[in-house]
Amino acid sequence: MMTSGDFLFWVRGPAFQIATAIFAFGISWHLLEILSLGRKPDRSVPRGSRMLGGLRTIFSRSIADKSIFQSSAFTIVASYIFHLGFFIVLFLLVPHIMLFQALLGFGWAGLPTTLIDVITIITLLALLALLIHRLKNPVRRFLSTFEDYLAWTVTFLALLTGYLAYHHSIQPYSLVLGLHILSVEILMVVFPFTKLMHTFTFIIARWYIGANAGHRGIQL
Amino acid sequence: MSTASFERGYNAFKEQIDAPIAAYFSSCVRCGTCAEACLFFTETGDPKYTPIYKLEPLRKVWEQEYTLFGKLKSLLGLSKKLTDNELAEWQELIYGSCSMCGRCSMVCPVGNDLVYMIRKAREGMAAAGHAPPGIVAGTQRAITTGSATGVGLPTLQAQIRRTEREMGIKIPVDVQGTEYMALISAMEILNYPEYIGALSKIMARVGKTWTLSSEGFEATNAGVQIGVSEIAKELVMRIVNAAEKLQVKTVISPECGHAYNAIRWDGPNLVGRPFTFKVKHILELLDEWREQGLLKTEGFEQARMTFHDPCQLVRRGGVIKQPRNLLKMVATNFVEMEDHGKMNWCCAAGGGMGAQEEAEELRLKAFNRKKTQLDALKVDTLVTACANCRDYLEEGLEVYEIDMPVVGLTEMIADHLSE
Repeated sequence: MMTSGDFLFWVRGPAFQIATAIFAFGISWHLLEILSLGRKPDRSVPRGSRMLGGLRTIFSRSIADKSIFQSSAFTIVASYIFHLGFFIVLFLLVPHIMLFQALLGFGWAGLPTTLIDVITIITLLALLALLIHRLKNPVRRFLSTFEDYLAWTVTFLALLTGYLAYHHSIQPYSLVLGLHILSVEILMVVFPFTKLMHTFTFIIARWYIGANAGHRGIQL
Repeated sequence: MSTASFERGYNAFKEQIDAPIAAYFSSCVRCGTCAEACLFFTETGDPKYTPIYKLEPLRKVWEQEYTLFGKLKSLLGLSKKLTDNELAEWQELIYGSCSMCGRCSMVCPVGNDLVYMIRKAREGMAAAGHAPPGIVAGTQRAITTGSATGVGLPTLQAQIRRTEREMGIKIPVDVQGTEYMALISAMEILNYPEYIGALSKIMARVGKTWTLSSEGFEATNAGVQIGVSEIAKELVMRIVNAAEKLQVKTVISPECGHAYNAIRWDGPNLVGRPFTFKVKHILELLDEWREQGLLKTEGFEQARMTFHDPCQLVRRGGVIKQPRNLLKMVATNFVEMEDHGKMNWCCAAGGGMGAQEEAEELRLKAFNRKKTQLDALKVDTLVTACANCRDYLEEGLEVYEIDMPVVGLTEMIADHLSE
């Protein structure tokens, strides 16, 4: 029978390699699928710059217009909290930075672990609130597919198991740490095939809409 | 139009999918924000009017034809193929509850250009034979009579003669080598011929040579509305041929925002080459002439007024500040709606909505959004710069029993030209 030590060894070794391969190949393939479709050149005489419009919109679309903020305040605020929290936990927790250092060869300064702990709770609550909203709001419930719930679940589990591992909530520690790593690996495998891809493709999407508007001299 | 079939439609969907479409579908997180930007949703509360949902047929084709995972899913029988019945069902969503106003494109957090997607989805729908009968009839009239409303050259000529009699001026038709060639929209010939009078008055006052063409006068493009690029191209070519034959330097788009986009931005892409002439919107020109001191006005409108931005003019056309500059010349009591300019709400009748009998009830219901905007301002007069908006604004106001004149901006400027 597999001991928790064996399990940890497996998730850190072969499982991590498989997940990383699927993650990297899947994302590259998907991005290639998008970009290789190309687009027709715009033959109309430009009134502004595609480049500037595209670059501007990659950033400007992060700020919601006043009128849409009024009607979608909950989604916007909760999503902001979730995204910021997730990135802080992913990139500024010291053990994560140590992993990145081992993989990339360089690291950076982290935040105090107690602060990350609080941010994790807030991020989990934001995710829960977004799930409840998805289930209750008529439009979001109507639009939601299996994929949306799958993406939510793998993200939530990655955060939750990380929180449990930090607090040694499950014994032995090797088991809970192993579960955390496994849940992240599941997220990595699911990532290229679901809406989680928006992490990368939103930049392309914003670029295209912004470039088109820039060409026409419209500031989005 | 060639014979429509599901197969042709499916192939048209496939042909329409490009890198932006793939990036947009890949990025959608089903947050539903686009619903809040759509007046057909806000005024009904029905989730099926959520813009991204209207694109489900196109999304299916993208997923199943252009993604590895989608192909795998199809192989394993895990995904449902697009069917003709589904397209029939979606007619109401892609045409019958979308004025292509593009407000959804302004709010999508990941940057999905939803109206760009709708425009492309219509190509598939039309090829599959699922365009609404009202729009199909309009498109056929555009090909045969030169105008989607069926009002062709004879009516235009009659309007020209009447305007000449009333104003005592000559309206140039088919004059070669003038600086400008003006286009008009069908709705102007039909309901607002005073635009032609206003234009001639302004041209005479600023001292510019211009002409109309008997071979290319209609600026609106039914091919763009229905989503058949070959027809759209044919209609643009009429204008291109006329402008090149008369050797004009600039073609003037009428107020209609859709017409402006069809000729200014879509035109060169439809015909596959840049034009030999410039295309300017009438308000762009008027504002240029104002800046150069050529356009001078006198007197002011006293009524409290606001401006309805034609969607296509602001969000897709980029003509935003010009109408405001012009209004300030002649109006002392001009107020803005809370959502104006790029974020203005549609009149609910663009994008072929006005041509569909079956969409009339929804269109008038959605007009409540404009009513709410106007109620908040307590204005006496509504100014706009689009004959189509104007016609349907008048209708909406009448249905909602609001007594308010709707005025065209170009005519208002013409009324105030200094002697």
